[in-house]
Amino acid sequence: MSLPPGLLSTAGIAAPEIILAVVALVLLAWGAFQGKTGLLFTLAAMAGLVAAALAAALGPLGRLFADGLIADQGAVFAKVFIYGASALAIPVGEQWFARKGITGFEYPVLVVIAALGMGMMVSAGDLISLFIAVELQSLALYILAAYSRNDPKGSEAGLKYFVLGALSTGLLLYGSSLIYGFAGSTRFSAIAASVHAGAGTGVLFGLVFLICGIGFKVSAAPFHMWTPDVYEGAPTPVVGFFAGAPKLAGMVLLARVLTQAFGGAVDQWRQILIVMALLSVGVGAFAGLAQKNLKRLWAYSSIANVGYALVGLAAGGAAGIQSMLIFMVLYTVDVTGFFACLAALSKDGRAMESFDDFAGLMRERPGLAVAMTVFSLSALGLPPFSGFWAKFFVFKAAIAAGLAPVAVIALVGSVVAAFYYLRLIKVMWLDPGVGTTDAPPAVATAVTYATALFAFPAVMIALIALDPFAHTAAAALALR
Amino acid sequence: MSGILSLATFTPLIGVVAILALKLFARADDPRTASAVKWIALAATLATLALSVLAVVRFDPSQAGFQLTEDAVWFAGLHYKMGIDGISILFVLLTAFLMPLCIIASWRSIQSRIMEYMIAFLVLETLMVGVFCALDLILFYLFFEGQLIPMFLIIGIWGGQRRVYAAFKFFLYTLLGSVLMLAAILAMIGIAHTSSIPALMAYHFAPGVQTWLWLAFLASFAVKTPMWPVHTWLPDAHVEAPTAGSVILAGILLKMGGYGFMRFSLPMFPDASAAFTPLIFTLSVIAIVYTSLVAFRQTDFKKLIAYSSVAHMGFVTLGIFSGNLQGEQGALFLMLSHGLISAALFLCVGVVYDRMHTREIAFYGGLVTPMPIYAAVFMLFTMGNVGLPGTSGFVGEILSLTGAYGASTWAAIIATTGVILSAVYALTLYRRVIFGTLTNPELAGITDLESREVLIFVPLAVSVLILGLQPSLVFHFTDASVARLVANFHPASLM
Repeated sequence: MSLPPGLLSTAGIAAPEIILAVVALVLLAWGAFQGKTGLLFTLAAMAGLVAAALAAALGPLGRLFADGLIADQGAVFAKVFIYGASALAIPVGEQWFARKGITGFEYPVLVVIAALGMGMMVSAGDLISLFIAVELQSLALYILAAYSRNDPKGSEAGLKYFVLGALSTGLLLYGSSLIYGFAGSTRFSAIAASVHAGAGTGVLFGLVFLICGIGFKVSAAPFHMWTPDVYEGAPTPVVGFFAGAPKLAGMVLLARVLTQAFGGAVDQWRQILIVMALLSVGVGAFAGLAQKNLKRLWAYSSIANVGYALVGLAAGGAAGIQSMLIFMVLYTVDVTGFFACLAALSKDGRAMESFDDFAGLMRERPGLAVAMTVFSLSALGLPPFSGFWAKFFVFKAAIAAGLAPVAVIALVGSVVAAFYYLRLIKVMWLDPGVGTTDAPPAVATAVTYATALFAFPAVMIALIALDPFAHTAAAALALR
Repeated sequence: MSGILSLATFTPLIGVVAILALKLFARADDPRTASAVKWIALAATLATLALSVLAVVRFDPSQAGFQLTEDAVWFAGLHYKMGIDGISILFVLLTAFLMPLCIIASWRSIQSRIMEYMIAFLVLETLMVGVFCALDLILFYLFFEGQLIPMFLIIGIWGGQRRVYAAFKFFLYTLLGSVLMLAAILAMIGIAHTSSIPALMAYHFAPGVQTWLWLAFLASFAVKTPMWPVHTWLPDAHVEAPTAGSVILAGILLKMGGYGFMRFSLPMFPDASAAFTPLIFTLSVIAIVYTSLVAFRQTDFKKLIAYSSVAHMGFVTLGIFSGNLQGEQGALFLMLSHGLISAALFLCVGVVYDRMHTREIAFYGGLVTPMPIYAAVFMLFTMGNVGLPGTSGFVGEILSLTGAYGASTWAAIIATTGVILSAVYALTLYRRVIFGTLTNPELAGITDLESREVLIFVPLAVSVLILGLQPSLVFHFTDASVARLVANFHPASLM
């Protein structure tokens, strides 16, 4: 028996996607027939993600299906971290749901499917595959948001996410159709050629819709409305998952669309990005001041942080994209750790979500309180924590690209945001404690400590490797 | 041995690791643990002092450039680069000198969460020594900005009544200044393609760019120094901070503003510095006169000394921007001297505060009878604060004013009234606290300095007198570096 020519190389390039799709389907069948699942099931899902990450990192580069799937350095970079973050999310969530008494085998399967979608997002080189990828990950996330079926807030979160998500899907599709209509192709390279020949109003109109649709997915202002409600209602480990990796995927997708399809319209999209970035930073900083619930607070924090990443992207060029990639990776680690810590903490079986719950945590659980402090200071962007380095790269690129006023406004926004991060630290360190916390689950605690140690001090060594890695990735994604 | 600066910088962190190890193996409620924590902290700070003295011994004062340098490539074009010159060596020594005194001063007065307290101070020492040794802009910024965290906790946890307000105000004021400086730092890296401080000192920025960069650095250093009108965080922070926290704030953190002007503003942006000299002179003169008058009206012991610090920092900025040899030397000397004297004055407040738990000046009076040693010690440092010849305060003030006179007669004349005003408020304070009759019955049982407290004041008193009588000890180190600084800076002649 002989294989069709090229099938092997195709399988090599698409190996991460194939692995994840197979793993997801096998797990689905396994869960459906076995019902109750155990440790092995969880480990299999994680192993699938790790295998996919390895396949992405070590596998061949190339383009498949008429640019429907591009495996370049940029995609590899994003996939390694997306699959890694997804793999971490599985055990944290499993243990959390088990403690809540929520049984069901779907959680790891949905995470794997979402990871598959995110991996395809960063590889998409065509509007059709872009749409399929975005929808694949979104649908998985909608279900995850409502995973606590009996919790009214959780169901509300899922529904809100779904309805608003459908709206953004509409925007995305509408934009794509306009672009296709005016440029004559859905392929990024063909669109780029058409834009270079002269971007008409129609194509730019489509581009605006496209940016709005993706802006919704990464929760950039003014498309951020869903974020606080969904973050508050969804299960904590799920929030930790979709606050990190999907945003990284969305930003990489945005970078690829803007540079590889609309590189000729850089002056036009740069303005849009700057407006979105400053709005995000402003909304994140000022609206966060009024929050009492930590999950809502971190929703606003994530809006602000996406704003910073957009500043990097607006800077354009390889340096700007590199800064955005580093920013999103460091932010993903940070937010994963923060929500793992939140998932680890509870009082009398009740989740700790308000500021008051954290009063005096330093006396009771000094380890977790210090970790929480590290995440807060890192999100605030104070040196030497990882958040500072993230901002360092972004603002360096922005200032070098002549966006100094934008950088200064965004930096001043971070001073406003500093107030609420400090308030959390104040509550934990300065206030007297009330009540006692439950024993934290092992996995979430381990993830918390590992990410906190990464945020400080390991990041200062990790960047020696991460910086050149992001550099090659950015070179693949940058304008050509 | 090269690497001595890194060793001096990170030795306090070894103490932190030791304390954390102790926490793992010892019971927290055991009184011996608390005692061991204090001894570890003291040993770590003394080791840092020994290392910085060693650095001074190895330092060659005849050279103007950076010495004892270390350089390692980091990432993204950054370097881990350390080194000291005749200017920064003073501050390294001052930091290392004050820290053991702070630990001893906290020996009894801090009762709660002693482990966290000592860790915060040791981390702070690492960051402070690091600021003065860093020769890479980003490395400098790491050390500079990192200090906000331990200081926030020191004020916030172990402070007085309104500690939370004071801690937030301190943090947010300083942060706002610093992020603007960060923007300037990134712009400098973008323009000059290097973050090395010696390389940037040799780089010539276009005058238009200099203006913006200078203003951004001013935002940070003016808050830190502090200069009028952004000084308002300081009285709050000082009043609420525990004694040792005030000592560090006044003794070292405030000096980073002046150090920053000398290290960055003057050598890197000489044109802008010259152009903005009238602005700095105006702000300095206002600070000297206005805050001296404000200090006179204070009813709170600590607040009075805090305002007096702002006034003295006015002399420092005046001296720095005069741009001549006397001015720079005077500003440096005054920073060193003020580091010792204000630290001692805050410790003097701490002595009576530990006993009576109030800082109201009106509460005290007639302390000379029950506390003769205290009265003598307080007298010495009050005189130093006023600038009496023979104390270190005199040398710094007279040189700063001479330098200012060389640049602007009017500024110097108005500033000189500040010397008189400082005598007015300082001596009035002394009279109200120490002299008079002991009328308050609550003061009846007050005891004089114990041996631990004497141990703190002796080194401070000795150094204030030695520096006052033999100032060339300092100039011996600073001459070459200051001469180079002045040679590269040509201020526009004022009035």
